[in-house]
Amino acid sequence: MHDTQAIRQLVLRGRRRDAIFAIIGLICMMIGILTLAVLLAGLIQDGAHRLNWSFFENFPSRRAEKAGILSAMVGSSLVMLITAATAIPFGIGAGIYLEEYARRSWVTNLIEVNVTNLAGVPSIIYGLLALSLFVYALDFGQSILSAGLTLALMILPVIIVSTREAIRAIPVSIREAAYGVGATRWQLVRDHILPYSAGGILTGVIIGLARAIGETAPIITIGALTFIAFLPASPISGEFPFINFEWLESPFTVMPIQMFNWLSRPQAAFQENAAAAGLVLVVMTLVMNGAAIWLRIRFRKRIKW
Amino acid sequence: MTADSTGQMSGAANADSRFAHKPTRHIGERVIEAILFSVSMTAVAVTVGIVGILLYESASFFEQVSIVEFLTDTQWTIMFADKHYGVLPLLAGTLVTSTVALLFAVPVGTIAAVYLSEFASMRVRETVKPTLELLAGVPTVVYGYFALLMVTPALQWFMPDLPGFNMLGPGLVIGIMIIPYITSMAEDAMRAVPMQMREGSYAMGATRLQTSLRVVVPAATSGIVAAYILGISRAFGETMVVAVAAGQQPNFTWNPTEPGATITAFIVQVALGDLPHGSLEYQSIFAVGLVLVLMTLFFNVLGHVARMRFREVY
Repeated sequence: MHDTQAIRQLVLRGRRRDAIFAIIGLICMMIGILTLAVLLAGLIQDGAHRLNWSFFENFPSRRAEKAGILSAMVGSSLVMLITAATAIPFGIGAGIYLEEYARRSWVTNLIEVNVTNLAGVPSIIYGLLALSLFVYALDFGQSILSAGLTLALMILPVIIVSTREAIRAIPVSIREAAYGVGATRWQLVRDHILPYSAGGILTGVIIGLARAIGETAPIITIGALTFIAFLPASPISGEFPFINFEWLESPFTVMPIQMFNWLSRPQAAFQENAAAAGLVLVVMTLVMNGAAIWLRIRFRKRIKW
Repeated sequence: MTADSTGQMSGAANADSRFAHKPTRHIGERVIEAILFSVSMTAVAVTVGIVGILLYESASFFEQVSIVEFLTDTQWTIMFADKHYGVLPLLAGTLVTSTVALLFAVPVGTIAAVYLSEFASMRVRETVKPTLELLAGVPTVVYGYFALLMVTPALQWFMPDLPGFNMLGPGLVIGIMIIPYITSMAEDAMRAVPMQMREGSYAMGATRLQTSLRVVVPAATSGIVAAYILGISRAFGETMVVAVAAGQQPNFTWNPTEPGATITAFIVQVALGDLPHGSLEYQSIFAVGLVLVLMTLFFNVLGHVARMRFREVY
């Protein structure tokens, strides 16, 4: 009898400890999520009243209540255009090569080790690389082109890794079937591998671009100006050939730098602008990341091998 | 098929040309492979570029500043008339903010990972994991706002002496930023532990907590260490939170309640000013950048050694 009671007590104590740990675990898990909630609430409280049309239509200004984010929004969009145009083909190409073409060799290993390591390099180091290479050695200057390429290098590992993961999920039977009917390797990639992995690749691309759009440090390092009260030349022109590339060399600012600039001023009115810009930035990145996660879940549900 | 490919059935010209041997096809394949290969080599080129440029620009810096002074002088006053080039204040700033961040993020992140992997239901896990990804996507400059205008004022409630710029607030915020990384990676490692090990433990009468802490965590140590190393790398490299909220004054102190500057914050500060190409200030940011990369590399190698040491194969 005595023994049974002792055992019961032991079990009870074990259960109690489990319950206590579960509560602590729940709290720890919620810290991040609660922080995001508090942060959003704070930004809304400080900045929501600044969010009106003129905030999106105005240039930065010395008077806080007249300042807006037009040049920052345009700058961010143009920089993202360059980043996407370079990082997407390079990232997907490298992912395809590593999964479908590369044979085990020391070169392949070298590439793989480099991709893994680059993902861990602090973003500001990409800024230093770009400052020396793009801004001075290649003489692109402190331009939209330099910034776009810098961010492209930074998100390259993200796109490569997600491309590889998406491709790896395709069963070998698909490849065997394609080769069986006489497809070449490129035909297999073009007609089967790419379409089936498109969802996963798209997810990676969106996550990468969301990271790039919020990134500040490398862009500051290449020397982006913080006060820009004009727009770069429009990429689309009225006369032939309808596209011009002058904007590539234009000075610029981007959303996070604009926010940083307002944030480093002591006046409360500018910090309200910073809150409003931060709110726009957070919503943009949350929407992009949310879309990426939603896409991934959808594609996972739809494709059953 | 044979008839087509040998071209005996002259009537079926269409089929003939379709099955004919096309020499260009192989050339095209080769070209595509070559293109894809060169695209993959970008990754190698970027690494070579980073290492090469950091070494090259730092070499010019160390021609003018002795390495001994760089490593032992306790002042970093490159912006003033009386110039001192001691990296120790920046190093101390980086280590102080990172230590605060890790002291906060490692326990919280690990406990959250154990909870998610061993205690939470499938549904909770499926909702929380994507949310962690969302958290990791919030721009760092926004976290800078959080540190300067929300966390520091909140801390001043408990510590009235805390200056408006300090390293404690940014350190805690960096900790919050790296929790999602640590939780997510550590949880993956624990999930990968085979179910039989848990079943064996339960069969011996262990509770959930005992199973988690004495079976799952030890078995997943290698992956958990990898998560910590990623956290350390992120904390070292974090820039904007510190640049916004820590005061941007190089300050040789180990006290987190004082203002300070990290390596990253200094790079931002110099880059914001007018930076003549080739000047000593210009070269100095590459020299401290090199230190940052070496620090990150050191911990990554350490982590690699630890992973090999703790690796369990099932």
